[in-house]
This record gives sequence, structure tokens and C-alpha cells, in this order.
Amino acid sequence: MSSTNPFASMFGKSPFSALQAHMRVALECAHEIPPLFDALAAGDQEGVVAAKDKIFEREAEADKIKNGMRGALPKSLFMPVDRRDLLEVLQMQDSIADTAQDIAGMLVERRMDLPEFMKEPMLALARRSIDACDQSAKIIEELDELLAMGFRGREASRVEEMVEELNLIEDDTDELGIELARHLFEHEDELKPVSVMMWYQLIEWVGDLADYAEKVGDRLRLLIAR
Amino acid sequence: MEIITNYGFILMALAIVFGLYMTWGIGANDVANAMGTSVGSGAITVKQAILIAAIFEFAGAFIAGGNVTKTIRKGIIDPSSIVNTPEILVFGMLAALLAAAVWLMIASSKGWPVSTTHSIVGAVIGFAVVGIGVDAVQWGKVSQIAASWVVSPVLGGTIAFLLMMSIRRLIFNTENPFESAKRWGPGYVFLVGFIISLVTLFKGLKHLHIELSVGMSFLVAVIFGLVLAGIGWYLINRVKVDPGADRDFHFASVEKVFTPMMIFTACAMAFAHGSNDVANGIGPLAAVVSIIQSGGEVTQKADLPLWILVLGGTGIVIGLATMGYRVMKTIGSGITQLTPSRGYCATLAAAATVVLASRTGLPVSTTHIAVGAVIGVGLARGIGAIDLRVIGNIVVSWVVTLPVGAALSALFFFTLKGMFT
Repeated sequence: MSSTNPFASMFGKSPFSALQAHMRVALECAHEIPPLFDALAAGDQEGVVAAKDKIFEREAEADKIKNGMRGALPKSLFMPVDRRDLLEVLQMQDSIADTAQDIAGMLVERRMDLPEFMKEPMLALARRSIDACDQSAKIIEELDELLAMGFRGREASRVEEMVEELNLIEDDTDELGIELARHLFEHEDELKPVSVMMWYQLIEWVGDLADYAEKVGDRLRLLIAR
Repeated sequence: MEIITNYGFILMALAIVFGLYMTWGIGANDVANAMGTSVGSGAITVKQAILIAAIFEFAGAFIAGGNVTKTIRKGIIDPSSIVNTPEILVFGMLAALLAAAVWLMIASSKGWPVSTTHSIVGAVIGFAVVGIGVDAVQWGKVSQIAASWVVSPVLGGTIAFLLMMSIRRLIFNTENPFESAKRWGPGYVFLVGFIISLVTLFKGLKHLHIELSVGMSFLVAVIFGLVLAGIGWYLINRVKVDPGADRDFHFASVEKVFTPMMIFTACAMAFAHGSNDVANGIGPLAAVVSIIQSGGEVTQKADLPLWILVLGGTGIVIGLATMGYRVMKTIGSGITQLTPSRGYCATLAAAATVVLASRTGLPVSTTHIAVGAVIGVGLARGIGAIDLRVIGNIVVSWVVTLPVGAALSALFFFTLKGMFT
């Protein structure tokens, strides 16, 4: 009898709750990065592997949610936001999880030691990047309220302010990343050349976590603007 | 003429049985769609919905069902075409009732969405064209009805859109949404009472012999609205802020304020649905009864007997009580996106549109109007995701129901004619 009722078939699954669920899982991936580097700094190989395993497992979960959401967005779905913008936000969120996975994977594949001169700045960069991810997660949680307000009015202004804050945090990570790279350059000759290349890559990736978080905020602005 | 005198009793008994069966079907299937927005938003339970529907569907049928019944009874077929052979109308209306009821049964068993209104109108036109002639149909009226089938969902959507915008401006987009909700809530309840009673009572109710001037109509409507607003004010004041829920979703407490308001709109929707859809079952019945009781005169002046309205209302309530529970249960799960504030807008818009149609005597599809209203809320960016393929399904059901209803009706007409002549 349920198909007799247009109401049963009329409502698609809310894409916003799926998006929020995905962000929560991606954030869990990101949260494992500081412990990962802490373990690395302490020379705790088991801790590194444990963190990496958690990240991989969460990233797989994020992929599941992402694919489920993509499958549930037929073109016939009428939403208060543009379908492509929505999918782009999803993609940026997923990149956070993917980047965390890349970082963890590299550190385990290539048993790298965190040089003494890099410990402080690297941990600082990691923590600030995760701050950015936290802020973008907070923004995504506001989607319910945005929907209630029709993506306008006070709530929209509030979210715009949060995105501004996010941009400032990401600026911090840019500076921290540049500082760290400069440090590495000064001490380049003390390390094996290949390791140096890999550390440049890792610095870039940790900075990318914040970049993608900022992009999430940016794309959300598009949702509001319509 | 002799057929009427010889078989009058049997024919009338048949008409009553078919009419009851049709209204039973309306109660069992249609009401779930009318109450769907209210149950789906979580404002009322299925049991409460059944209770509300039972009371207000009957009230709607009895108080406001007269005009649409009149249309189906004598607005579609030109009486002058059957002045000499009134039994044709009797056979035809019986056939139309049976055809619509059978089609309803088939479609329900297969899970297809079908509009009882479209079925009966298609069936009546069907036997008229085939059994009497193309000129027997009052095509002017029919095109009015067809136009209303397109206009009414759009109107429902527009009203819902405007309601949504006003709620956003007055309540959601303010410093303290909860306080704003408590302040303006009673005003919105007033709207429910005012609109429904104004449209229903405007210039009085002929079949109940109540005469009201324009001014009196407004006065009664305002008083009724104020009474409801008073009750609403009392219920709303009992709602307390829930800080825990508010942390999760800042507007959770605001939605809680809308929950008692949805009780009023649920009642309004049941009333509206009863007023419009009861005619699908008793319109043809009324036609048959008036001919047989007058001994074959195709009079257009006779009033609608009240017992027919009572019969129709009772049929709906029985259908609702026996099958409605099961059907309504299937609605609740998928409609989590329809929060009380959205549900309020959609339901009030739909109820107002249907009641307006009932007033002007136009038979419309309550379900399609409700769908239009929900889309109106979606257009105001109030709903996460609406699958527009539902519109395609609705169009398909139009295209199928009208000819099938007509064909079945013609078939039964000739069968009945053959049996009794």
C-alpha cells in the first residue's frame, strides 16, 4: 500500500544529514593525525601503526557514506541547493579523509623518524590544521539550521562569520607550513636526500588538511548564495 | 418510467450499497493521504489521526459537502437530454459508482496511486457520452473541473510558499525564535479557524438552511478563529524550552511550539477532505435517489436530503476505522523531513485550497493538492529533498484513470440497462 501513497515516494533521503554524517567520520580521520605525530616523535612505532589503522578504517567508512550519498542523488531530486555544489562539498570533505590516509600510509610504509629540529613546528602545524578541520566540521553541523532558515537571514550571516574564522586559521597553517619548510631547508644536508623529499611532501599534506577544510567552508558559501 | 416504479426499490438499494462501498473505499485509502502530512511530521500519532479524521471528516461531509455533491449529482449531465428516459440516469449513476469503486479496488491491490475524484468524474462522463450522447455532457462545467485539477495544486503550493516565508520572517529569523513562536503561534492558529470557517460559511449553507450575510460570515469566522486561537494560546504556553534538544538543533524548541498547532491543521485537513471527497460516493447516489423518490422526474430543484450526507460521512468513518490504521502506518517513516513548521504550512495551504474548491462546488483531488503544497514549501527552500518523479506519477495516473473509469462505467451501464429492460 505504500506505493499508493505519493508521500511515501516523494521525499528523497535528506542529503544534508548524509553530508553531516560523512563530515563526522572524516573529522575522526583528521583527529588521529596529532596522536600519530606524537607517537612518531616519541619513537613509539606501535602507536604509529595503531593510529594508521584507525585512520584507514575510518576512511573506508567515509567512502561508504560518500558512495551511498552519491547514489541517492538522482537528477530528479529537487533540493534547496544546487546538486553539483553539494557534491563538491562532499568531495572536499572526502579529501580531508584521503589526505589523512596518505599521511598515515607514508609514515608506516617508510619508517621515518621525526628529526629533533622538526618536532615542535610539525606538531604545531598538525594541531593548527586539525583546528581548521574542527571549524569546518562545526560549519557543516549548521546545515540543519541553515535549512530551517532557507539558507538566508541570521543563520546565513552567522555561518559566513564562521567561514571567515576558518580562513584565518588556514592562513595560520600556511605560515606555519612555510616556516617548517624553511627549517627543513636549513637542515637538509643532515638527512638522507630521499627522506628530505618525503618530509617536504608530508609538510605539504598536513597543510592540505587545512586547505581542504577551508575549501569545505568556501563551497558552503556557494550553497548559501544559490 | 415503468422501470422506476417497478424496480425503484431495488435500484435505490443498489445505489445505497454502491455509494456506501465507494465512501468506505475513500475512508480506507484517501484519508491516509489527507492526514499524511500531519502524521509524517510527528505532530500526531496514527491513533490520534484516526480519531481526528473520524470526527472531522464526518463534520466536513455533513456541513460543507453539499456543493460538490450537487455538482456530481446534476452539474455534469444536462438534464434536458434525459427528460423522457430518467431510468438512463439511474443506470448510469449506478454504473459510475460501481466503476469507480471497482477501479479503486484494482488500483489499491496493485499499489497504484489513484484519485477517487478523477475516477468518479471520468465514470460519470463515460456513461453519459456512451449512453446518451456527447451533447448530454455539460462540457463547460467539465472544462471548469479539469482546469481546477491543474490550478488547485498550484494554488496550494503558492499558499504554502507564502505561509513558509511569513513564518521565516516572523519566527525563525528573529533574535529569539522560541519567544517569537510563542507570540505569533496563536495568530497562526487564528488563521486556521478563520480561513476554514470563512470559506465554509460564506453567505451561509443552503442545504442546512442557514442564511448568513457577508458581514455575518466574517463576524462568525473571526469569532471562531479567536476561540481556536485562545485554545491554541493555552496549548502553546504549555510548551517548554528543551535546552538539550536545542544544542543539537537550535530550532528544536520552536518546532515543539508548532506541534500543538498542527493538531488544528490536521482537523482542518480532515474537514476539508470530507467536504470534497464525500461527494465522490454520494453524488451519484443523490442523483438516483432524487429520481426514484420523485417517481421519475428529473427535477433540478430538489434539495439534497440530509440522510444522504449522513450516510456518506458514516461510510468514510467506517472505512477509516477498519483499514485506515494500516495504511497510515506506512506513511510515517519516510517523511522525517517534514518538521512541524513545514507540515503546518503544507497542511493549512492544502486544507484552505480544498475547502475553497468545495465551496465553489468543484471536485478536486485532495492528494494532488497536498503534494502541490509540499512542493510549495520545498520551493521556499524548506525541505531537503523532494523527488519530482512523483509529479510524473501523478500525471500518469490522470492519463490512466480518466479513460479507464469512463470505459468501465460505460460497460456497467450497458450491463445494467440490459438487465433491467
